[in-house]
Amino acid sequence: MSMASLASADGYGNKVKQIAARYGIYIAFVVMFVFLSLWSPWFLTFDNILNILRQCSINGIIAVGATLVIITGGIDLSVGAIVALAAVSAASVAHPDSYPVIVPILVGLAVGALFGGINGFIIAKGRIAPFIVTLGMMTIVRGGSLVMSDGRPVINLSDEYNTIGGGYLWGVPLPVFLFIAVVLIGAFLLHFCKFGRHVYAVGGNELAAVVSGLNVGRVKMGVYTLAGLFAGFAGIILSSRVMTGSPAAGAGYELDAIAAVVIGGTSLAGGTGAVLGTVIGTLIIGTMNNGLDLLNVSSYFQQIVKGIIIISAVLLDQYTKNSR
Amino acid sequence: MASEWLLEMVGISKSFPGVRALDDVCLRVRAGSVHALIGENGAGKSTLMKVLNGMYRPDVGEIRLRGEPVQINGLKGALDLGISMIYQELNPIPAMTVAENIFIGREPVYGRSGVVNRRKMNADARQLFETLGLAMNPSARLSSLSVAEMQMVEIAKAISFDSEIIVMDEPTSAITDREVEKLFEIIRTLKAANKAVIYISHKMNELFQIADEMTVMRDGRYIDTQLTDKLTTQSLISMMVGRRIDEMFPKEDVPLGEVVLSVDGLTQGDRVRNVSFELRRGEILGIAGLMGAGRTELVETIFGIRKSSAGRIQIGGQPVSIATPRDAIRNRIALVSEDRKLMGLNLRASVKDNISLINLARYCNLGGVIRARQEVEVARRQIDRFKIKVSSYRQIVDTLSGGNQQKVVIAKWILTNPDIIILDEPTRGIDVGAKSEIHKIMVALAREGKAIIMISSELPEVLGMSDRILVMHAGEVTGEYARADFSQEAVMASATGSH
Repeated sequence: MSMASLASADGYGNKVKQIAARYGIYIAFVVMFVFLSLWSPWFLTFDNILNILRQCSINGIIAVGATLVIITGGIDLSVGAIVALAAVSAASVAHPDSYPVIVPILVGLAVGALFGGINGFIIAKGRIAPFIVTLGMMTIVRGGSLVMSDGRPVINLSDEYNTIGGGYLWGVPLPVFLFIAVVLIGAFLLHFCKFGRHVYAVGGNELAAVVSGLNVGRVKMGVYTLAGLFAGFAGIILSSRVMTGSPAAGAGYELDAIAAVVIGGTSLAGGTGAVLGTVIGTLIIGTMNNGLDLLNVSSYFQQIVKGIIIISAVLLDQYTKNSR
Repeated sequence: MASEWLLEMVGISKSFPGVRALDDVCLRVRAGSVHALIGENGAGKSTLMKVLNGMYRPDVGEIRLRGEPVQINGLKGALDLGISMIYQELNPIPAMTVAENIFIGREPVYGRSGVVNRRKMNADARQLFETLGLAMNPSARLSSLSVAEMQMVEIAKAISFDSEIIVMDEPTSAITDREVEKLFEIIRTLKAANKAVIYISHKMNELFQIADEMTVMRDGRYIDTQLTDKLTTQSLISMMVGRRIDEMFPKEDVPLGEVVLSVDGLTQGDRVRNVSFELRRGEILGIAGLMGAGRTELVETIFGIRKSSAGRIQIGGQPVSIATPRDAIRNRIALVSEDRKLMGLNLRASVKDNISLINLARYCNLGGVIRARQEVEVARRQIDRFKIKVSSYRQIVDTLSGGNQQKVVIAKWILTNPDIIILDEPTRGIDVGAKSEIHKIMVALAREGKAIIMISSELPEVLGMSDRILVMHAGEVTGEYARADFSQEAVMASATGSH
């Protein structure tokens, strides 16, 4: 083989790699989508797509918060437990003849933001690793929701409250709109605001951020508070949809959210990533669960597939980055 | 026939992309002697030693042991050939014990079991300390030791290999006078056992105390080798600085304005001791000194990265208290730090995002939303002004050359419109063209009435660019020179503390 043809083959290979590096995750999503459409006659139907979106919405809302946290180089393991505490707290003030529906909503959001804020405060002021702080908080909050509800699910919620997660607008489930709203808020904060730029700066090089005069502690408080707030919101939607505030809700959700973020190309090392990637990551997980259901794959086996996808996504990312 | 030399390194050259680090260097060391290797920062001493210990492979040249040519393959290969080294930067494992650190990778085991024979390891360590005359507990954790004690462990470790050649790179930078005495005793014992010690130090008095022979390097080249008896501090210094073809520096005389910064008795632990100076508008104040002289610590204390333990700072005649970089920026100080990758840049972000970071609020509306068009315009303007070579303002900083990265850091800080600009090694590791551009930027800034502090380890740069030079040694100011009195020899003498 001549040198020239070697060089051009190499150039071609590089181009493919560049495209794969940039759009790999989108391409993977499209391939999966097309494959499932061809394989199962039920997949590409209006109802099924809405179903996927609704199933994605709760994980997606939590994952937007997780994206912010992970871009700062941190991690939040407490969001699943916060979902439960927010669900129980909101449900406990959502009886048909108690308060107007705005009260449980505000209570759920406030609970989420409060515990997220406490995470942020300890991480920023105590200089403790986020993994440890949020691991402890996970247990505390889970315990709190069990204590508060005496271990029993809170039921008998008002119709208005149950509409939040169960209602429709123009034939589309309400949670889908709420998911879109959170995505827009997250993307706006991260990509158009000073706050978002500071989030990237802290995750990209914390020392340089300090030397540049940034208030790094405040940025960290901000991202954990938002992560808690969004988890609280997810707790409201979840309890509304199942018409129950369950203290056992949300177990393992933190890991699904982290998986969506990582599949979406945000590095756990911090400093890079985007909300759009996380949306795709969420959709990939949701579509895959749905597709495997349609293909009659057992839910046990689905877990194995999910794990393989997480590892493959990061391997692909690593591979394309190294070859750049 | 046995060679007169234990070690010969002949005609060694080594290049890195863009830099010729070693150019035809020779080093010949006798058994039973202490051979000092001397030169300014960046003269190539450490690179030469990394060739000797197998970390680098020379492009050209031959290494001979007792007259036999050898190939040195990696650190392990060097140890097998009887060459061990004490590094300038300590790299102990703090959670492990003294004995574990010394015998790491060659722990005594029971038979062939792989189970560590802890008792034998501790006994071996104890015996080693006894022969060296050190009082140290082998089972103490490294983290419980002082830096000086860690250094002594490192020295003990290098000797425990029973090597023929022991390289000591700045072994006394972290230890006290008493331990230096101990170290010298150990070196004399090694000498008596017919071993060779290659000793790198900036401290003149130590060199004359311990070395038998000295080899001087400069700008990656071999200058000369002399017996210590034939040398004086003066002759050594003039060999180190040499007579160089003067580089062209764009320095202009700018009329000096009022005093903007005055530092009085500033102290930071024992790194910076009682430093006082004044700085005027339009002035470029050079701070010279050797590695570890406390120059970076001084400016980091002024900038609020380190806490001062005593002293006062006045800006524009007003006393100020600077506890954090935020305070410094508020007082219109800028710091272009020594290590741009560590403190200067977010390498994962774009050129634009780096440039606008410090004063981002200025390009935002009241709600904290970035006015994107204005931000881009400002970034483009800085890119043009500082001639930063980028494909677009969106280019990720990590992919830029060192010179362009440095210009991004400068562009970023100038955007804060500072009165006082501190440049710590502003041209280290960047190519000649970018270097000269940065010098021109400094002159332009001085002309605008900015006050500039420049730390540099390159004497020609300090002499060529400064209006005044402050020389530091061991945390203290040991000399101050006005432009009329500049001389390489005088500055180097102050830097080595030989005044």
